[in-house]
Amino acid sequence: MELFFQQVLNGLTLGSIYGLVALGLTLVYGILHVPNFAHGALYMVGAYVSYITMVDFGVNYWVAMLLAAVAVALLAVLCERLVFNPLRHAPPIHDKIAAIGIMLFLEALVQMQWGAEFRRMPTPYTDILDIAGMTIPAQRVLIIAGAFSLMAVLHLFLKKTMTGSTIVAMAQNREGAFLVGIDANRVAMMTFAISGALAAVGATLFAPINLVYPAMGHLLIMKAFVIIILGGMGSIPGAIVGGLIIGFAEAFGGFYISTDYKDIIAFALLVVILSIKPTGLFSKGVH
Amino acid sequence: MLKIHNLTKRFGGLAAVNNVSIEFEANKINAIIGPNGAGKSTFFNLVAGAMAPTEGRIEYQGMDITGMACDRIARLGIARTFQTTMLFDQSTVLDNLIVGHRLRTQSRLWDVIINSKRLRDEEKKCRARAQEVLDFVGLSHIGHRITADISQEEKKRVAFALALATDPELVLLDEPAGGINPEETENLAALIRKMVDHGVTVCLIEHKMDMIMSLADKIMVIDHGEKIAEGTPDEVKNNPLVIEAYLGSDEDAAA
Amino acid sequence: MSALTKISNFFMTPAMKIAMIVAALLFPFVAGNEYQIYVMALAFVWAIAVYGMNIITGLCGQLNLAHGGFFAMGAYALAILTVDHGWAFWPAFIAAGAVGAILGFLVGVISLRLKEHYFAIFTLCVGFIIYLLLDKWEELTHGALGIINIPAPSGFGLVDFTETTPFYYLALAFMVLSIWLASRIAHSLLGRTFLAIRISDDLAASLGINLMRNKVLAFVLSTTYASVAGALYAGMVRFIGPAEAEVTHTFDMITYLLVGGIGTLMGPLLGTLVITWLTQSLQFLEEYRMIVFGPMLVVLVIFFPKGVVGSFLSWRGRRLAAAHDASQAKEKAASNTSSSKSSAASTQEAGNHA
Repeated sequence: MELFFQQVLNGLTLGSIYGLVALGLTLVYGILHVPNFAHGALYMVGAYVSYITMVDFGVNYWVAMLLAAVAVALLAVLCERLVFNPLRHAPPIHDKIAAIGIMLFLEALVQMQWGAEFRRMPTPYTDILDIAGMTIPAQRVLIIAGAFSLMAVLHLFLKKTMTGSTIVAMAQNREGAFLVGIDANRVAMMTFAISGALAAVGATLFAPINLVYPAMGHLLIMKAFVIIILGGMGSIPGAIVGGLIIGFAEAFGGFYISTDYKDIIAFALLVVILSIKPTGLFSKGVH
Repeated sequence: MLKIHNLTKRFGGLAAVNNVSIEFEANKINAIIGPNGAGKSTFFNLVAGAMAPTEGRIEYQGMDITGMACDRIARLGIARTFQTTMLFDQSTVLDNLIVGHRLRTQSRLWDVIINSKRLRDEEKKCRARAQEVLDFVGLSHIGHRITADISQEEKKRVAFALALATDPELVLLDEPAGGINPEETENLAALIRKMVDHGVTVCLIEHKMDMIMSLADKIMVIDHGEKIAEGTPDEVKNNPLVIEAYLGSDEDAAA
Repeated sequence: MSALTKISNFFMTPAMKIAMIVAALLFPFVAGNEYQIYVMALAFVWAIAVYGMNIITGLCGQLNLAHGGFFAMGAYALAILTVDHGWAFWPAFIAAGAVGAILGFLVGVISLRLKEHYFAIFTLCVGFIIYLLLDKWEELTHGALGIINIPAPSGFGLVDFTETTPFYYLALAFMVLSIWLASRIAHSLLGRTFLAIRISDDLAASLGINLMRNKVLAFVLSTTYASVAGALYAGMVRFIGPAEAEVTHTFDMITYLLVGGIGTLMGPLLGTLVITWLTQSLQFLEEYRMIVFGPMLVVLVIFFPKGVVGSFLSWRGRRLAAAHDASQAKEKAASNTSSSKSSAASTQEAGNHA
């Protein structure tokens, strides 16, 4: 039973990070219909910014997280302005290839600067908590609490603020939003900034129990894609629920079936689901 | 020619097309009009097989084609054009049209590998048909141009030609006169009439009222997915329901 | 006729093809050392795979991100059959091609029901599943160790393909065969059918084209190309590991395709050769080549989406059209017909033929 709850905890940890990364991806997809293959690289850059500011400059964990969020948000906006905006009327293959180009560039750049070796990100929260007979590392609690509070903040932002509701309106109906005078450029930049910041925060939360290296975003971005396909491309609740589904599937699958094939579970699930329902699990079926 | 019985298409709870019944006669120009978002394009998509209806029946030349796949319907003789003209910009106008007759050919991969006689004959046939429809729409003088370099109106004509290359008996035209000037619209109307003179039945969606009123033999008016009127241009013009729908939608647009 | 036009016309003649083949045949004699011949042979092998990608992505418009995975699958099929099951090279080679075709069919039937982005993402995942399987399924694939001592293609006692130069000619022969088939497809009704799908699914379907059947055919052709290239690669380098299935290879191939000209006939070859030799001459870049290639991909899709060959063909097409217009105008002036014919009138006239 204890082991079972340990897996629940693992699932929650994984699921909340996956959800956070998938949220950024799904927001960008909802607004611009770009599957941003570079999102995993943004996540990786976020981890490096936190790592460097903490290890080389001795900055506090939370300050480092904030700096990473700002830096990656700016980087994401730069990508939108320089790459995705000029390509918005291009054939659909082009933006995908450009996103892959950005991804390759960022990875190679980081690798040239800091090498390919694995690094461990320090964290001030190394305690092991003992709750109801379960040993829980404090960082995991932090991940779960941090990720879900960030989701809550994002939810409030999208629901309660003017800018937020503009983003939602545009995600639901691009042409309509255009007609009522929404500044599409500003919304696009804002969305990219949010998605970048989410990725950076996710990376800073997750990296201490994982490793930092240039290819760290690869697997994550693919899983994030699986999640947003599961949850319906562009759907915010779908990203969160999908993240949890994959997180739990991996935690339990890895434990009860095989750790070797843990990473394959998400993809196998995708193959099975898309074979049965080509439009994804929660899509409304209009398009 | 085309008989529609109680056609309905729902998206979630919303009915985009609701219980529409109508009959289109052969060798006539049939028009579908209605305010924006009335369900006209959905109606076309249902007839062309791009979507399956939720309820109802579509009968074409006595055959039930409800829910049949798009490509099969095309082979039965229903061709269509789209609101936005889709052509391959990098090749010549004539090259764009050759594929139009592909559905009347049989060649497979094996024919391609051995360059069989069947393939060579069919390629000749497709090319000849492309040249024919290019002449028909009056563009034989620009067949050699790169498609990216021709005018909007010429592109519309090429799209017509592509549809005609499939040897259709019924052609669905979705806003053929969208985005072109009045003089060009008149020329296009002449071309549509010429298509009918050559034995093709036309069914079109259009917003340009002058064009519809002078061109159509029969008009169906849709509003909020429902048929509110059908008849000759004069009958439709004086129908109070139609006037209300249009005025109402104007108010909506103004608000 | 300007010199430029003459040169550009020459590019399109059979003489140009013969010149290229002769140049390729002579290359081993003019190459500075054996290593250069090796690099060229390797580039030919990759080019075969890129031609496969060009069929599904260039002609048919579906971005297949599992292409590197199918390349690796071909290499592994050959390696497993020869090393673990004692097959001779050529039967194993044919079997590797068949494996690519069959797996391509199975993956294609599922994945091609998905549109655009979904298809790209799905194939990215398929590529990753292939990588994980090659890495983890140790009983079959030897896991992370990879497979060593793969036999070279058998020369039936006549030639020794473990030598670089004979293998170079073998790779050249396979590549020429691949280009020949690709050109047959591209210029036939089948190629036009694929191209209609690339323009738009809706348009193609409205022209009576069976989307699923044609897309699966294009996909199977492309995976067969990839696995044949992979099998040839295994016979050349003689040892392989899971790294062959890494997604970076797929991205490399996209770069080759985009530089040369996506959807064109000579683009895949040109792109592969240019980038291969560029990487060779910038040896220090090997590991960090993506610092150059990444932004290059972005710049290419924004400013030169047609690539070298595509841009050349458009330029030439425009010149030909202009020349045609000019000669038509001259004829008109010469026959001295009523000079101002309205387009409406000519429409009427042309219509009478139909």
